[in-house]
Amino acid sequence: MRTFRYERSSSVSGAVALLAEAPHGAFLGGGTNLVDLMKLGVAQPDLLVDVRRLVSDRVEELPGGGVRIGAGTPNSECAAHPLVRQRYPMVSQALLSGASGQLRNLATTAGNLLQRTRCPYFQDITTACNKREPGTGCSAIEGHHRDLAILGTSPECVATHPSDLAVALAALDATVRTHGPGGERVISMTELHRLPGPEPQRDTVLQHGELITAIDLPPAPFATRSHFRKVRDRASYAFALVAVAAAIDLADGVVRDVRIALGGVAHKPWRAYRAEELLRGGPADEERFRQAAEAELADARPMPGNAFKVPLARNTLVATLLDLAGGPR
Amino acid sequence: MTTPVPAIGQPLDRFDGAEKVRGLAPYAFEHPVEHPVYLFAVQSTIAVGRITAIDCSQASARPGVLAVLTHQNAPRLSTDNGELRTLQSDEVTFRGQIVGGVIAETSEIARDAAGLVRMDYEERPHNVDLRGEVPGHRERLKVPDEVLPIFPMDTSEGDVDAALASAAVRVDSRYSTPWYTHNALEPHTTIACWTGDGFTLRLSTQGVTGIQAAVAGAFRLDPSRVRVISPHVGGAFGSKVYPRADVVLAAMAARLVPGRPVKFALTRQQTFSQTGYRPPTFQRVRLGAGSDGRLVAIEHNAIEQTSKIRQFAEHSTRATPSMYAAPNRRTQQWVAELDVPTPTIMRAPGEASGMFALESAMDELAIACDLDPIELRIRNEPQVHPHFQLPFSSRNLVACLQEGARRFGWEPRDPTPRARRDGGWLIGTGVAAATYPVLRLPGSKATIRVGPDGRYLVLIAAVDIGTGTRTALTQVAADALQVDIEQVDLRLGDSTYPPAAEEGASAGITSWGAAIHEAADQLRQRLTTEHGGTVPADGLEVTADTPDNPYLKQYAMHSFGAQFAEVRVNERTGEIRVPRQLGVFACGRIVNPKTARSQLLGGMTWGLSMALHEQSVLDLRFGHVVNHDLAQYHISSNADVGAIEVHWIEEDDPYVNPMRTKGVGEIGIVGAAAAIANAVYHATGVRIRDLPITLDKLLPGDRPGSEVGG
Amino acid sequence: MSTEVEVTLRVDGTPHRLTVDVRTTLLDALRERLGNTSAKKGCDHGQCGACTVLLNGRRVNSCLALAVAHDGAEIVTAAGLALDGELHPMQRAFIRHDAFQCGYCTPGQIVSAVAMLAEAEAGWPSAVTMGEPAGVGSGGGDGPTVGTVTDDEVRERMSGNLCRCAAYANIVPAIQEVARR
Repeated sequence: MRTFRYERSSSVSGAVALLAEAPHGAFLGGGTNLVDLMKLGVAQPDLLVDVRRLVSDRVEELPGGGVRIGAGTPNSECAAHPLVRQRYPMVSQALLSGASGQLRNLATTAGNLLQRTRCPYFQDITTACNKREPGTGCSAIEGHHRDLAILGTSPECVATHPSDLAVALAALDATVRTHGPGGERVISMTELHRLPGPEPQRDTVLQHGELITAIDLPPAPFATRSHFRKVRDRASYAFALVAVAAAIDLADGVVRDVRIALGGVAHKPWRAYRAEELLRGGPADEERFRQAAEAELADARPMPGNAFKVPLARNTLVATLLDLAGGPR
Repeated sequence: MTTPVPAIGQPLDRFDGAEKVRGLAPYAFEHPVEHPVYLFAVQSTIAVGRITAIDCSQASARPGVLAVLTHQNAPRLSTDNGELRTLQSDEVTFRGQIVGGVIAETSEIARDAAGLVRMDYEERPHNVDLRGEVPGHRERLKVPDEVLPIFPMDTSEGDVDAALASAAVRVDSRYSTPWYTHNALEPHTTIACWTGDGFTLRLSTQGVTGIQAAVAGAFRLDPSRVRVISPHVGGAFGSKVYPRADVVLAAMAARLVPGRPVKFALTRQQTFSQTGYRPPTFQRVRLGAGSDGRLVAIEHNAIEQTSKIRQFAEHSTRATPSMYAAPNRRTQQWVAELDVPTPTIMRAPGEASGMFALESAMDELAIACDLDPIELRIRNEPQVHPHFQLPFSSRNLVACLQEGARRFGWEPRDPTPRARRDGGWLIGTGVAAATYPVLRLPGSKATIRVGPDGRYLVLIAAVDIGTGTRTALTQVAADALQVDIEQVDLRLGDSTYPPAAEEGASAGITSWGAAIHEAADQLRQRLTTEHGGTVPADGLEVTADTPDNPYLKQYAMHSFGAQFAEVRVNERTGEIRVPRQLGVFACGRIVNPKTARSQLLGGMTWGLSMALHEQSVLDLRFGHVVNHDLAQYHISSNADVGAIEVHWIEEDDPYVNPMRTKGVGEIGIVGAAAAIANAVYHATGVRIRDLPITLDKLLPGDRPGSEVGG
Repeated sequence: MSTEVEVTLRVDGTPHRLTVDVRTTLLDALRERLGNTSAKKGCDHGQCGACTVLLNGRRVNSCLALAVAHDGAEIVTAAGLALDGELHPMQRAFIRHDAFQCGYCTPGQIVSAVAMLAEAEAGWPSAVTMGEPAGVGSGGGDGPTVGTVTDDEVRERMSGNLCRCAAYANIVPAIQEVARR
């Protein structure tokens, strides 16, 4: 680990200003991924601005039925919060299916969204990686890519985004509130993360020094009927091979509205707009669910080592929708 | 004098429990030392080639850096062991090889500076692809040297090809097991100190005597100048038996900073290239049987790998000649020398891999013969050891199978695959046999000293790697001395005690216990004959070797067991869960039922982990294990482990050793993966012959609309 | 650029003022600077749980927490759970059930188990509570969130503590013995 300067600030704007002057600096939240990457030499910030106690660590109700999650809220507290559990069960489920009890206590909400890919080559500084060192090449495309992306990949990068929470938030049309050198702004969760394209080094649309201060969940009455389903190689404490976040609004066996996002399949949480479109107004039955899943995955471009993710994603999506359609309430 | 209650057979809590649950039991790296320095290793980033230039200037310039070790300034060593020739030349023979080390005032500085050491290489092509060696490259493969002298590497009886050609039922299947990494939770650590005329080494090892000899030899020292201490070991499973580059590097560093203890811990990532592994195997099993299931031929071949610097071969086919009666049998084994790190012993070396193949094949044969797999095994039970033609000292495989079937609820079982379902999960059950030889390792002595206070001190340079050795050997000593266990103090883990064979091969009690037993016998005898049964004022001390066992040439000695598993496979996702495992074992007398049960339980869970999770993924282009951490190399987590039952058959075998024990550390894993694979077949109709059984192998990818195995 | 900082840590009830490298983790501060080696280093990346301590009352991986970022923190290790040498009920249960072998993951398991029961007691859900369908036992389901924890709940909540000796099947009943008091 390279040494660094450690700073705190008494205000968000102060923290943002500190980082604005340090092009190689980084914000420090819970540190569960940043410290991990610093030990590996993958991240080499020369300044850490500790924002853990600077941003809100609370979950609050918003007027109109939405919920605001302070960026510093530990993952465990967010998952346990009654507002989150009752109104957006899949957000709790996503958080609880990630990492471990210990990590969830340390990791923050914003940090969860900003964690880096677990592509093995990204994490190993002795191998080439365009995300870590642009222009060096992608070792994964012809290497070990079992866990990597099948949708939205580029010739430069096939990484997946590892966050489960981000998948649930993308499905719910959550928004991210930020404070950056240019002021405050609100970014849609579906727009926060990027596809790799020719610039895989950029995970998100955030500018350097732009700090996430809160996540807003819009009112979504039918999100009470939602589920996050994660399929992985261990029963727990493992990253997703495929995850599905889905919420469904049913009336008389017909899908009135639906929200779906897939995890473990792309460089960003994959909002399944095409499947949603196909499902809206149609029957809530297995055949239609399968058609929707296949339509969503029609553009999948798997590699030899992760081709199984296409049928796995399809089957997991169908199973999740069936569970929601047949489940109580 | 009243006869004390026998200690053997008591389910005593392990003696170091109160220290371990508080974290106070000191592991090697935790010994308090004054003014330590820290060492961090530099590893090669090529697999094969030569170092052409080294630039340490940036690293050396870091404040707090004391020295940078490379082959250019390292002490010259004297050793034939390629594993120990660390920094002796500019040659690189595998990726990740230790090519340097940085010594600094703190661990943070050492690690940072290690990243600043620049090495230029002249790279040569490498070959790390074992699969590529399988077809048509036999001329490059070698028959490995024998691992244990009593088991010939290859065996052949009768005419296997003719018997197979005329057999009514045949199975011919190929299996593979991947590269497994031990991943003891305590990474390999050392505190090395040069004391002016020798070393004090505190390290996590399975054998202080072996490390002492290796280090003394390499540094041209009298062994008495090297003291090796290993009080507690945070798991080992074979990875800490042989000395390797890490110990050498730490000792070299200690020479550079006399008087200052050098603390050296491998990172988790480094353990994947530095500490050995179970070699991957490609195996073929051919079975021929009559329609009644009686075997006429068994053939078992295995190809595995070793490095180019030292040969290590797992004897994967070793168990096969001990298992089933068949007049025609052949086992053959080859090893490919590749540009990889040297593999090593790993829990049940040979049996774990080989019995996955044989016991999967037996399940396939049962199905082909339309026989219950337990009945098939009973029908092929041999009267004497099929290869040695010796009687077994005791053999209770059938009893284990029958007892297990009763306890597991094996009957009634519809053998039809996909016959049982529960809410979207397919359910199956499977069985497999287990065996492990009773082994005795040479080179152990024990000293027992009795004081006038009536307390007995037992000294032996054995180690407790978590198996409960400390507790079990004390029980052995108490009974051999015929005293209350409270009167016995046992000390181990220090090379200043009488030498001991390494902890391994489930041979601890047989090797060390027999030496203790012998010393106790002699001590009791001398007390009676020379001192009238009273301890003399200055005490009495006896040292004895592990005695020879005259029965070794008269009997074949093996543990046996039966493994049962129930699996659930998700019909849509292929996810696999193992809610239930049950094992019944016949492994002689059980010294401590509590710790022995834990050993068997641990072994069975290793079998689960082997069946479903573990695999070191090699990148053929670079030659290294890609998934080199515990997030990517999966071992079973708590959530993966269901209900596990462990039982044993009462067995009183007077031939194996004076304690009548057979060892319990290895056999728990043997056959466990096969039982799970067989259960997966029963659940889904899909036969997985290549471990691990991951969900993608149960998920048909090319047929839209299809479900698992359908 | 100064890379050393002063921090105060209260460890197992005793305050310590120490100077550390900014890069020093809580785990290394405990083990290499304060001589408290109760928490163990198994992976150094939050992937095994051997370093688990209570940080201001919550279980965390001390290997991923920088000491400088936790100035003033209250830390409890497994050593600190045993007040005045009297073992914590969880520690006694681990011994009785032989819920460990090599002992290296054990302090982390025990700290984690104690905190985990407090989390369950506080009504914090787990993936199993929230309907994770893939447990090894009954198949999961909607277990109660307050009061008793099912075996599947314990397994899920303890999955951040790997045990390579694989004492899991003893760890679960040891924890349940304490939970049911």
